[in-house]
Amino acid sequence: METIKSVADLHKIRTSILEAKQKQIVENDNKKLVEIKVAMATCGIASGAKAVMDFFREELPKRNIVANVKQTGCMGYCYAEPTLEITIQDEKPVVFGYVDLKKADEIIEKFIKKGELVDGIIPIKYELAN
Amino acid sequence: MWSLYGKMQVSCSSLKLILYYNFMDTISIKIDNKNFQVEKGTTILDAAKSVGINIPTLCYMHLHDLNTTHNPTGCRICVVEVVGRKNLALACATECLPGMEIKNQTIRVLNSRKTILELILSDHPTDCLICAKNGDCDLQSMAQQMGIREIHYKGEQSHYIKDTSPAIKRDMDKCIGCRRCLTMCNDVQTVGALSAINRGFMSVVAPAFQMNLEDSVCTYCGQCVAVCPTAALTEVDHTNLVIRALADPTKTVVVQTAPAVRVALGEEFGYEPGTIVTGKMTAALKDMGFDYVFDTDFAADLTIMEEATELLDRLTRYINGDTTVKLPLLTSCCPACVNFFEHQFPEMKDIPSTARSPQQMFGAIAKTYFADKLGIKRENMVVVSIMPCLAKKYECSRDEFKTNGNPDVDYVLSTRELSRLIKQASIDFDSLIPLEFDHPMGESSGAGVIFGTTGGVIEAAVRTAYETFTKQKLDKVDFKQLRGMDWIRESTIDFNGTPIKIGIAHGLGNARKLLQEIREGKSQYHAIEIMACPGGCIGGGGQPLHHGDSNILLARQKALYAADKAKVIRKSHENPSIQKLYTEFLERPMSEKAHQLLHTHYFDRSTHVEITKD
Amino acid sequence: MSNRYRKNLLVCNGSSCQQASDADLVAFINFKLKEYNLEDGIKVVQSVCSNKCSIGPNIIVYPDNVEYSKVTKSDIDDIIIEHLLNERIVERLVFDKENGNGVAPIKQYRIALRNCGFIDPEEIKDYIEKDGYDALAKCLSKYTPEEVTQEVIKSGLRGRGGGGFPTGLKWEITSKSVSDQKYVVCNADEGDPGAFMDRSVLEGDPHSVLEAMAICGYCIGANKGIIYVRAEYPLAVKRLKIAINQAKEYGLLGKNIFGTGFEFTITIKYGAGAFICGEETALIHSMEGFLGEPTLKPPFPSVSGYLKKPTNVNNVETFANIPAIINKGADWYASIGTEKSKGTKVFALAGKINNVGLIEVPMGITLREIIYDIGGGIVNGKKFKAVQTGGPSGGCLTEKHLDLPIDFDSLTAAGSMMGSGGMIVMDEDDCMVSMARFYLEFIVEESCGKCAPCRIGNKRLHEMLTKLCDGKGTMEDLDLLRNLSVVVKDTSLCGLGQTSPNPILSTMANFYDEYYAHVAEHRCPSGQCKSFMLYYISEENCIGCLVCARKCPVGAISGEKKKLHIINQELCTKCGVCMEKCKFHAVHLN
Repeated sequence: METIKSVADLHKIRTSILEAKQKQIVENDNKKLVEIKVAMATCGIASGAKAVMDFFREELPKRNIVANVKQTGCMGYCYAEPTLEITIQDEKPVVFGYVDLKKADEIIEKFIKKGELVDGIIPIKYELAN
Repeated sequence: MWSLYGKMQVSCSSLKLILYYNFMDTISIKIDNKNFQVEKGTTILDAAKSVGINIPTLCYMHLHDLNTTHNPTGCRICVVEVVGRKNLALACATECLPGMEIKNQTIRVLNSRKTILELILSDHPTDCLICAKNGDCDLQSMAQQMGIREIHYKGEQSHYIKDTSPAIKRDMDKCIGCRRCLTMCNDVQTVGALSAINRGFMSVVAPAFQMNLEDSVCTYCGQCVAVCPTAALTEVDHTNLVIRALADPTKTVVVQTAPAVRVALGEEFGYEPGTIVTGKMTAALKDMGFDYVFDTDFAADLTIMEEATELLDRLTRYINGDTTVKLPLLTSCCPACVNFFEHQFPEMKDIPSTARSPQQMFGAIAKTYFADKLGIKRENMVVVSIMPCLAKKYECSRDEFKTNGNPDVDYVLSTRELSRLIKQASIDFDSLIPLEFDHPMGESSGAGVIFGTTGGVIEAAVRTAYETFTKQKLDKVDFKQLRGMDWIRESTIDFNGTPIKIGIAHGLGNARKLLQEIREGKSQYHAIEIMACPGGCIGGGGQPLHHGDSNILLARQKALYAADKAKVIRKSHENPSIQKLYTEFLERPMSEKAHQLLHTHYFDRSTHVEITKD
Repeated sequence: MSNRYRKNLLVCNGSSCQQASDADLVAFINFKLKEYNLEDGIKVVQSVCSNKCSIGPNIIVYPDNVEYSKVTKSDIDDIIIEHLLNERIVERLVFDKENGNGVAPIKQYRIALRNCGFIDPEEIKDYIEKDGYDALAKCLSKYTPEEVTQEVIKSGLRGRGGGGFPTGLKWEITSKSVSDQKYVVCNADEGDPGAFMDRSVLEGDPHSVLEAMAICGYCIGANKGIIYVRAEYPLAVKRLKIAINQAKEYGLLGKNIFGTGFEFTITIKYGAGAFICGEETALIHSMEGFLGEPTLKPPFPSVSGYLKKPTNVNNVETFANIPAIINKGADWYASIGTEKSKGTKVFALAGKINNVGLIEVPMGITLREIIYDIGGGIVNGKKFKAVQTGGPSGGCLTEKHLDLPIDFDSLTAAGSMMGSGGMIVMDEDDCMVSMARFYLEFIVEESCGKCAPCRIGNKRLHEMLTKLCDGKGTMEDLDLLRNLSVVVKDTSLCGLGQTSPNPILSTMANFYDEYYAHVAEHRCPSGQCKSFMLYYISEENCIGCLVCARKCPVGAISGEKKKLHIINQELCTKCGVCMEKCKFHAVHLN
């Protein structure tokens, strides 16, 4: 267990997190890394986000795609839940709304595999403070 | 010359003091465009009062000697305008600041007060004509003062199940949410039977889980009733039952009057607090048709005989090295105190004296010894008590004080109920010619009289115990060190070389402190007197309302000591009727017969609610 | 992985854009692409609302990120020829030029929500990666508590729970209270109807709140923090617990944090969902195990709070801003927003608005931008009527306030309030009297019952409004309603009662005609109040088939076969079944 005993420790942990990511890319034969974030706040879960997240976690390995699927909080698009954000390494993140299992399948097949946009994109309309 | 110099010095320094006082401790404020100097740190309400402006209040209550100010800021009647503030300010809870400009007479203030009062009235039954508090209701007088002629805001009224316990009746339809009862029950008495429950329009003061008062930890001390501004909390009224008994030709109705009643009853008829009206009271009771008018003081003397004997018994055993003996001995005259320790200190139930209270000793003797004398069956005798207390109503209903279902004391009237009964009987109290109590149970010593005040029971006990223990005559019977109004008092009495440590507490909150000390083994008392009500029985829940004015209590107390002093016999064991009772009937204190009739036992009434945590 | 499409056209699928469009744009563009033989290289994709509804229909060309607005059928040729074939931007269709290149204007700025939706809230490493706990490290290792407090004061951050009290000042006051023990309390008792800002922050970024609480503890001299959170937020509670445990394991909470000797621990207390417990004195009583009732201030919690110790109470969103302020500096924060309200505000958009959701915008943004640009306009293209801000304590803002820059003071001046950030949008179908009644119903439910004006006054206000909605109101009632509203506002004990009549007062100020219509004209202008509806059967069309009489659930329709049926208005519940079932259009509604 890493514990942070000084400010330097905090920076060390941050570096190790980035290194771990780099390592993952290398281990993945330098293929582009896919990161999928599913909005799993109460509202998202209520609209079925959990099932969508489970679908990605089960299906991606079956289809030989290495990806980090993780949960995150509210993205703010309550009207379009379930929502998820997909970042293909070195590219801009793309947000999809109204993602049901059928749409999830389409996203894997078209967007993740071929980089082709599919219906249901949410244009990002905010700036971040960090 | 020297003395003059000295005087000058004194006056100089006092002048300085006054200047200092003026400079530091008063501030100038403006009320309705008039400038006033008021004491620093006072509320707008007190400041206004000090300059002769009475801002109306409803929930506010200040019990000076209880050191308790109740300002839950709930009724909002006392709102005033403070220039520069957005909202109206509460006079009862806003501290005066230098230069503060207060407006008490603007339309905004008057309209707000009237509107709020109309709101309160819109959720209050308007059955004033037949209400128990008719004429003695704070809400009624406020409506009168404000000149309310119409209630503009009408709507749903809240309704609750009426809850009648053996002593106290709760009609929460009439509650205005002032929460004075909460302050008395939780802060002053630390009983914790009442709390505010529910929210919003349905919020109400009730025992936990809205259980009945009877199932709660209520001690029936009646202090909540004593401060209730309306008829939401009232005593259970026994007057009609008493009238019926009086009208029944087959019943012999015997009445006993508690010591504290005689010094307070007069207030209900316009007499100064502390006026002793024993004779007039006896005459009124006779006029109403009571067959025998006796004195609870007689039974108080009897209580001392038993209690002092018990104390000496425990003391002697203790001195002789008996480690099983329980000390201190706790007096057991106060039924609210009995309820209190049965609920809250059940593990200490072997500490109190087993002697019954004077009321119950009286009932037991009346329905045996005296009934035998009259040659009537106990079923045909009705014993009525006039008490300053509401817990007595409950006490007389306890099963252990019944024989074959017939209670030793049938009905208990509070001082307030007695005054109502006298008024109903069209008796002109003023013109009554004082009468003496009947014999044999009307005779008492001065020791019996002072039972009505805090410190009185223990002083009476000491007078008898001293003589029995030391086998010497006690010349000075006034134990000044046991008197007063301090909440918790302690004193050591020299029993001819043996120091006896005495503790006294009044008000259940203070009793709790003392009992806790005992429980934790911190105190080394030999005997303790606790009284549930502030001041003892003179401040009982059944007394004429004193509205927090402790001067009234002090006057009542002074009167009791005066009555004691006026007696020829000052020690219980010298009361000839008591002596006769023992020779004719009881044999001796703590005899088997005495045990059967004059002693009792206590129960563990604590209920454990288990709350499971996750 | 090769994308066979060179470019994408993202056509907004939002209902507002669809309504504004003169054709089915997607089908039309596909048809045109075929015409130009571009269907293999260009793909049309429907996008979820692009938040510029006032100038819709919008089309974004991807990956160029050029946004065209007010696109009609006749513009498609230009877009294809100029942009898709010749890589030239069609300038006349680019509406927002300030950002250049036709990139859509950015209206939202996420400070409090900077990590919400980006990090895994159950993974502290995600937070650390995003500069997490840097602010705390910076404070503990480089600055004195006074310096940090001054920084917060300088940032101009004001309490986001509704009161708008300067946060730094509150910290300063608490830090100056002398005591052996002080507390930091996070108020997460979010209770406004339709508000979910705090829940989202706790569910999405719990560590930022923990970090900020520790910073606050450092400033005021407290080593204990308590989060008072609604038990109805199980996920927020779960994630908070995980976050606290992780922070403890990493040594970011506990003793000797960063080796500086600073100690801080955080515990959770659950609220039972009483709205009033959002009021800080009531919250403290509830935490102490007493009835959740407010008490008069002073004493303020900063002097005598939890267990009678100095206590600093801040809202979740307020805390969430702190690490960003420390990291990026007070000057940066103060550069955002208006003169007296700095930074951003999170709003929960709800009601008759297309894009219901959580937004964070800089102070000073106009209502119009929020409703039409971010919120996507009114559902079904209806007319905007009003927006209720500040929950049941706030007031309504109307069309005339649409261009008002929103901040704490402007909202108060307009008769509403910032509140915690709930924004409920109403359209022409909403009856303002009914709306006021809805809020009063909530208040009656949530009043603690301690003070008479709030306990009884709000009940009477609600009853009067019900009377108006039932068509039984009189002109005298309107006067009484106004008078009582003013008195309740003026005399109530706490913020709840002092603001509860706002929905009435503000609707009476802005929509008095509706109140008047309910009373004097016996009608509800928006047709929402059922009691004014009158179903009747016309003589011409009724053939006496008995269908309506049989279908009426309350048996209000009488009549014999082949004779005119009659609706008993006393019994009628205005359910409308008769009208629906009558094949002969004989049932009418006035």
